[in-house]
Parts: sequence; C-alpha cells; structure tokens
Amino acid sequence: MVELNLEHIYKKYDNADDYSVTDFSLDIKDKEFVVFVGPSGCGKSTTIRMIAGLEDITEGDLLIDGKVVNDELPKNRDIAMVFQNYALYPHMSVYDNMSFGLKLRKYSKEDIDERVHNAARIIGLEEYLDRKPAALSGGQRQRVALGRAIVRDAPIFLMDEPLSNLDAKLRVSMRAEIAKLHRRLQTTTIYVTHDQTEAMTMADRIVIMKDGKIQQVGTPQEVYDNPANLFVGSFIGSPAMNFFDVTLQNNRILDRKNNFSLEVPEGCLKVLQSKGYAGKRLKLGIRPEDIHTENTFIKVFPNATIKTTVNVSELLGAESQLYCKVGDQEFIAKVNSRDHIQPGAELIVGLDLNKGHFFDPETELTIY
Amino acid sequence: MSNSLLKSQQNSRFIVSVILAVFGFIMILPFLWMFLSSFKTNAEIVQNTRSFFPKQWTLENYRNLFHSGFTLYLRNTLIITFFSFVGMLFNAMAGYGFAKFKFKGRGVLFIMVLATMMIPGQVTMIPVYLILNQMHLTNTLTGIILPGLVGAFSIFLFRQFISNISDSILEAARLDGASEWYMFWHIILPISKPVLAVQGILTFIGGWNAFLWPLILANDEKYYTLSVGLQLLQGQHTTDYGIQMAGSSFMVIPIIIIFVIFQKYILQGFNIQGDK
Repeated sequence: MVELNLEHIYKKYDNADDYSVTDFSLDIKDKEFVVFVGPSGCGKSTTIRMIAGLEDITEGDLLIDGKVVNDELPKNRDIAMVFQNYALYPHMSVYDNMSFGLKLRKYSKEDIDERVHNAARIIGLEEYLDRKPAALSGGQRQRVALGRAIVRDAPIFLMDEPLSNLDAKLRVSMRAEIAKLHRRLQTTTIYVTHDQTEAMTMADRIVIMKDGKIQQVGTPQEVYDNPANLFVGSFIGSPAMNFFDVTLQNNRILDRKNNFSLEVPEGCLKVLQSKGYAGKRLKLGIRPEDIHTENTFIKVFPNATIKTTVNVSELLGAESQLYCKVGDQEFIAKVNSRDHIQPGAELIVGLDLNKGHFFDPETELTIY
Repeated sequence: MSNSLLKSQQNSRFIVSVILAVFGFIMILPFLWMFLSSFKTNAEIVQNTRSFFPKQWTLENYRNLFHSGFTLYLRNTLIITFFSFVGMLFNAMAGYGFAKFKFKGRGVLFIMVLATMMIPGQVTMIPVYLILNQMHLTNTLTGIILPGLVGAFSIFLFRQFISNISDSILEAARLDGASEWYMFWHIILPISKPVLAVQGILTFIGGWNAFLWPLILANDEKYYTLSVGLQLLQGQHTTDYGIQMAGSSFMVIPIIIIFVIFQKYILQGFNIQGDK
C-alpha cells in the first residue's frame, strides 16, 4: 500500500529565469498507473526526477505514504526507476545489473539469486543472464532495465520515456508488456512520455502538462472526450483535432473568411448563449472521426455540411484519412475506407457538432 | 572481386610485410645485441673479434649488478612506481569530479589545470625544488614522489572519458543505493578501463624510468632509482660493459613485455583521445 502526494510543487533551476514546474499538485493512489504526457520541455521529466530525488524540489511537498520526503536521498525513497537510455551498467552481466541494488541493500546470496531468476522469468531473459548489455538488442536491454526495477520489489516504479529509443514495432509490443507487467505486479507506476498514444493505451490516469503546468488530469476517456482546454484537445488524439475560427450568429456558426456556416445543435447553442458567446468569436474543435461522408448523416443533418476539396487521401486499411480544404482552412477527416475518395475530388462532409468542442479563443478554455 | 585484383593486393601486402619486417629487424637489433651482450663476459665484449652471440653464457653480470646496490635502486623504483599508481587514482577522482559534479568554479579550475600543461616541466623544476627544500623534503623518497602524484594530462584524459559515461547510469546507481565512493570504485573505474590501461602504462613507464627528478632531489645513494643507478655504472676510469648491458636489459625488458601485453589497450586509449 503506497500513496504519493505532490503538493504545490515548484521547480526552478539555479541558472534559469522561469520555473520549470509550476504548482504541480496530484494525488496518486496505490497501484495506479499514471502517465505524465506533454511536449518536450513541459516539465514532465523534471517532475518525475523530483519524485525520484534526482532533482531538488524548489517549493512544495512530496509525500510518500503521508511522510514528507523532500530531503530524503534517492536511495531512501524506495523507488525503482527505468531510464530512457536504459542506464545499464555496461561492464556488468545482466545478472549483476539486476542484483546490483540488492547487493547494496545487503540481501542474502540465496535471496538475490531467487529474485533475479524470478524477475528474469517475468521479463523472459533467463537465458541471457550471463550476457553483457552490449550483446543484447535494444528491446532486451530495456527488459533488463525493467528487470532491475522488478527485483527491487520497490513499491513505486518511475519510468522516464522507457520506449523512446526503441523502433516503432518494438515500442508497440513493449507497451503491451509493460501494461501486462503492471497488471501482474500491481506496482504504483508513474510513466513519462511525449507520445500520446502510449499515454492513452497504458494509463489509468493521464496528466497532461504544458510549460510546467498541469493542463488536465483524467482517465484516457475523460481527456479524450472532454478536453479541458484547446491544448489538451490538440495534443490528445491522432490525427489531431481540427480547429476552425468561427463566430456564433443566431443559431449558426459562421466562418466568413472560408465561407461556410453550420447549424449549432440546440443543447450546445443554449450553453454557448448562456455563457455570453452570442455574436462572439469561438474556436470550434472537431475530431477527424466526427467528420462524416456517409449519405445518411448528410441527409439527416443537411445544415451541418461543408463543401470541400480533398487534397490528399490516405488509405490506411479499414480507414481512410482525407486531407480536406475549404477556403484556406485545412482539416482531416477519418472515414470508412469504403468511402475512399480520390484526391482532387469535391466532397460534401458533415460535421457532427454534438461531438464538437468549443473553446474561448482568448483563454483557450473549453466552453462546451 | 576479380582474381587479378586479389592477386595484386596479396602481392602488395607481401611487399609491405617484407619492408616492415626488415625495418623491424633493424630496430630490434641493438636491443637484441644489448640483451645478448649482457650474458657475455666483459672481456668478450671488448674483444676486437666481436661476436653477436655469447661464446660462453654467463650470469656473472647480473650477479655483479645486484651486488652493486641495484636491489636498493629497484626497491626505490618500485616504491615510486607504486605511488605513481596511487597518484593515478587521484587523477581519476579529479577527472570524475570535473566530469560529473557541478560545483562553483569548476570551469575556471579546470582551465587552470589545463594551463599547467602548457608550462614545461623544466621551468617548474627549480621552484618545486625550492618549495620541497623549505618543506625539508629534499633528499627523501616523499619529495621524489610528491610532485608526480597529480598530472594535468592524466586528469584531462580521465575527465574526457568519464564525461561520456551517461549521467543516468550514475543516477540509476544512486537509486540502487550506491554511495559516491562505491560508485567510483564499482562503476566509474571499471567503465574507464581503457583510460586506466593507457594511464597505467604511461604511469609505469614514467615511474620505472624516473631519472632527472630523483637525480636532482636525492643526494644520498640510498634514494637512487634504477635509471640513476644505471648511470652510476658508467665508471670514470674503467668501464664494465657487461654490467651496463645487464642493467640496461633489466630496465628495458619489463617495459617491452608490458607494452606487448597491453598494446591493444594503448591503441584503444589513444583512439579515445582521437574521438574527442
């Protein structure tokens, strides 16, 4: 049973003018798999390193099981960490790499042997225990790094972009393995990545960060369906959300520049009007899969359609991605590949505004 | 690859090998002659009808050598060499410090260390002698050892190499519970093996061949080193070539053996410098 509380944590490096992490507050529950995600330089790695004790906390408190550990040395925090470049000791065999921490903690020889073999079985590297890291592939090295964390039996795992150095295919399979490992060991895990797919597929909860600040915390479903602001909307999801600059006029939104207008569904309209956006500018965000080309949709919602030109059409198998253009505005639609369209074709698409998101163009916060 | 091309390559390789072998033989000839002569009697060496191989093999020269105080010189040399190795560890620690620890004045300090490399040793010899004299360390082994304990080039080499070790390895070790001291011995040093090998050989050669500084600092024969002692063998009136050959062989052979064993590492070490 372990709980982690980050209370108003700030980080400022000695020679920096600005804070790298600002007012970071988060409670992490026992056995939870939390993913910090954000673009590079958003402070996610800094935060995980503060939790590990590799960086000082400038302000705020870090609590492990209710105890403030700001000034504890890394080794006393009982945390295991997996690094992006694996950080294996190059001169030691896989066995020695995994047993290094145990030896230092004065475990008995038999105990060490049992734990290492046990961990090697879990990560599937039993035959490689005598090898040096240089004789292993990238994926195997990352497994050793995981094994090194497993043998410690530490209550908290920190993973700092552990899959970034692997090739795309390996990344997908290791992603599943780490998720499986978490289900099996039930260790509280904090995982840092810049890859939103990793975040979406692995996390119990996602923490989205930008410029050192938390943008939103929630389950993958929550942050996908209800982004708190424009940044979250644009960052989560692949391909990214499409954005349109529009003005709310009566019951329609208009884009005068690109010359189209759409009818706003009633429920949504009420919210927008009640929040005082009548006649005001808005940012409409709509995910590629909420843009439809099927005749049924277009027939039912004739007032939610745009006439566009398809610039590029990518067939991905079951789906096609259409890079469309209306006026100067470009957007992507993800449609069933049965509706595959040749590039250059003119096309009427329907925007499902019930699933659309409206953001304030100034504050970038979600309105609806 | 066509057959003729392969053949011409083989030919050129053969020619290169022959040329190298000839030059190698010419190079090694004096050493061989020195070594063989050390088993000749002095009379045989000075004979007009000089022979390459000893007519009569004798160990007399080596026996005389060690009766003439060479044992003592050997002891001194070994002590100096041993402490040079201790010094090498200090250099490794300094290099580690410069490479991996952030502290105030690190840059300035490192530049100062490098700056000492630009001053020739001969320039500092007299000031260092005067300092040691004030410390009453002239004519002592301590005085001979002390100035050689640290070397800027060695620190520089260690720093360059250790800089390349990923920080996250050290961080992982810290999380594993290693102390800074433990990390130095169990992670930094083993990874730095190539530099250690180069530095070790240079240190050994330096210690083993220590000549000028011990000669200046030691007045007393009991602090002489092998190379200083070797020079003593050259008598003023009579010259015993046999004993000189034995002394020279005794000095050169260990270095040649070590070089042959470790030449792989020496080349590797110089490659490290080349990578920079």
